[in-house]
Amino acid sequence: MKFKVLYYVNQFFGQVGGEDKAGMAPEFKEEAVGPAMGFNGLLQGEGEVIGTIICGDNFFNENKEEALEFIMNIIKEKQPDIVVAGPAFNAGRYGMACAGVAKAVVDELNIPVVSGMYEENPGVEACKSKAIVVKTADSAAGMREALPVMANITKKLVKGEELGLPEEEGYIPQGKRLTVFAEKRGSQRAVEMLLARLNGGEFKTELPMPEFDKVDPAPAIKDLSKATIALVTSGGIVPNGNPDRIQSASAQKWGKYDVSQRDALTGEYYTIHGGYDPVYANEIPDRVVPLDVLKEFEKEGVIGKVYDYFYTTTGTGTSVANATKFGTEIGKELKEAGVDGVILTST
Amino acid sequence: MKLELRRIHIKDIQLGNETAVKDGVLTVNAEELINLLKEDERIKDVKIDVARPGEKTRIIPVKDVIEPRVKIEGKGKGFPGVTSKMEQAGEGKVNVLYGAAVVTVGDIVGFQEGVIDMWGEGAKWTPFSKTYNLVVDITPVEGLQPHIHEETVRLAGLKAAEYVGEAGRDVEPDEVLVYEMGSHAEESKKYPDLPKVVYVEMLISQGLLHDGYVYGVNTQQILPTLLHPNEEIDGAVISGNCVAACDKITTYQHQNNSVILDLYEQHGKTINFLGVILTPELTTLDGKFRTCDYTAKLCKMLGADGVIVSEEGYGNPDSDLLMICKRLENAGIKTVLITDECSGWDGMSQPLADTTKEAVAVVSTGNVSHVVTLEPADKVIGDDKAIATLAGGWEGCLEEDGFMKCELNAVIGSTSEIGYHYCTAKLY
Repeated sequence: MKFKVLYYVNQFFGQVGGEDKAGMAPEFKEEAVGPAMGFNGLLQGEGEVIGTIICGDNFFNENKEEALEFIMNIIKEKQPDIVVAGPAFNAGRYGMACAGVAKAVVDELNIPVVSGMYEENPGVEACKSKAIVVKTADSAAGMREALPVMANITKKLVKGEELGLPEEEGYIPQGKRLTVFAEKRGSQRAVEMLLARLNGGEFKTELPMPEFDKVDPAPAIKDLSKATIALVTSGGIVPNGNPDRIQSASAQKWGKYDVSQRDALTGEYYTIHGGYDPVYANEIPDRVVPLDVLKEFEKEGVIGKVYDYFYTTTGTGTSVANATKFGTEIGKELKEAGVDGVILTST
Repeated sequence: MKLELRRIHIKDIQLGNETAVKDGVLTVNAEELINLLKEDERIKDVKIDVARPGEKTRIIPVKDVIEPRVKIEGKGKGFPGVTSKMEQAGEGKVNVLYGAAVVTVGDIVGFQEGVIDMWGEGAKWTPFSKTYNLVVDITPVEGLQPHIHEETVRLAGLKAAEYVGEAGRDVEPDEVLVYEMGSHAEESKKYPDLPKVVYVEMLISQGLLHDGYVYGVNTQQILPTLLHPNEEIDGAVISGNCVAACDKITTYQHQNNSVILDLYEQHGKTINFLGVILTPELTTLDGKFRTCDYTAKLCKMLGADGVIVSEEGYGNPDSDLLMICKRLENAGIKTVLITDECSGWDGMSQPLADTTKEAVAVVSTGNVSHVVTLEPADKVIGDDKAIATLAGGWEGCLEEDGFMKCELNAVIGSTSEIGYHYCTAKLY
């Protein structure tokens, strides 16, 4: 049986018209239109384009919800094995529309999506982690090169074959660092890389340096004696027995614990963090989460109040994506609770 | 300095009435070994088992792996300064039971212990699925403080390896590897045109289950120090069972440090290998500045043209790694780093905890958070329920049907940052 492809194009490639038709609402045609025709041929009988959705670029970007509702209904009804959008080359609005379709289809229907764009198209950043975006030229002159690459990837995805490296397959990296086996052991690769450098030869790093976000510090609290202060830690301090089963490394979750009735953590808390010597933290967990001192400050009037809960997770090996998620969630709760300041302890 | 590693190829391990090597088969008298280890009154019980490549056996929680050897000529027996009196290592003749390993397991000391699968999917990820493993399962007496517990099992492993290694004393080796290197002046005279290369080996030095030892000195207490490469491959450096299982440098990997061996291979051909600088990874900022400045200074004093730096662990030591790199590159020394990555289950997160533009040549040994699914074992040596609390495991990751999901974090040696294994990470 042939696999089913549903195709998405804009008004121009859908042969409706140019900029004057960019406001057209989405339509569905039960045939291959524009690039979908060439694409269909490239599937060489293994698959078939069962229809084409055509939507004006302005309409999509200005009425995204309405456009997506129509498009998603068609896709749900037709149940394709895969959705192909574009290629959009360097057309920004078209790229963003392809990205919008791709994200909705992958997230809500779990159907794979293949698209094609020029590297600088803003649609790339918007969907490359969800869809496979083939690297194309910046104009439609690159259609002839783009379609076979897209068709080849489409076939592999439908068959469940693993895609090779982006540069081999012709797509823009999704940003996933996957662990694979190399032919030579790491030390041998290091020696060869060093020899190449010493001899002025070519070498390629296996790990380009990451780029970091910069966070501006918050303005100082003007009057501490009226401030509510919360404690948040990545030091893995949890109630004895670790009731929420927070991981000792590479945390997938965080916990919060009521300490409003306590003067210190010592006695009923310990650390489950797998990245430092726990002996001293287990003796006195307040060394990591200084509740004892903060409660004294509260009594002395140095600070207004210690917030009722402290928040905790494990920092070691925890991905930045998870840490960002935890931080956003915890920050939201603290903000809603009217907390003025946070002491964030690492280990 | 000249060291002969005389390899006796071990093709099987059996338990029996004597401890001996015959026709490549290592027989171990378990009772004798148990009695020896129980001389330490901190040890309540010991069990001995064997795990062979291909058997559906899982070993967990693994603390250390050690290669059994015996020094038949020269000073510095066993692990000088630790299991024997202090003498300088690196010279003489050593008989190596090549292909065999002593693996220590037992009650968990900390979260950083790991798993070795001898077959199937798990075997791919650890270099110690290919060795014949004599597993020493140690139960300490009750009430030991964690640091004492750690020391007890660490010493028991080393003692067991020495005891087993003794069986190779009078056996003719199958191959002899010679490691010889003179003074810097001599070598530079011999190879005046070859670029000078130093290996900087970072050792995690951060407390319980986070320490390395050189001649028995906890590396927390050292300044970066220069070793002749022969010293390390002759037992001067041991593991304190440090950090996550995936990138701890086990004692076995110190004895067979792959960066040292691969640099040695090039010595006199393409490079002039000057030696190893052991650098502690400390927790304090002052400590990091001190060791990184000091390391760069040693490299400059030695006149290095190129340096390989290997990390141990991840997270805060990423900063040490990159601080060293920055200092070396700014001094005009070409530097290659070896590190693993922490890019999350999906590989989409930032891989390192620090960054510097000078790090242009980096070998990646894989993502520690890469999740693998290991098939059910026929036999478990140790306790597979330990996975729930190990770094890289989680509550429920040992499924009811016996399948075990875990991150590479928990697999011994999988992302070895001395490049002992074959993993890398690629951008998809």
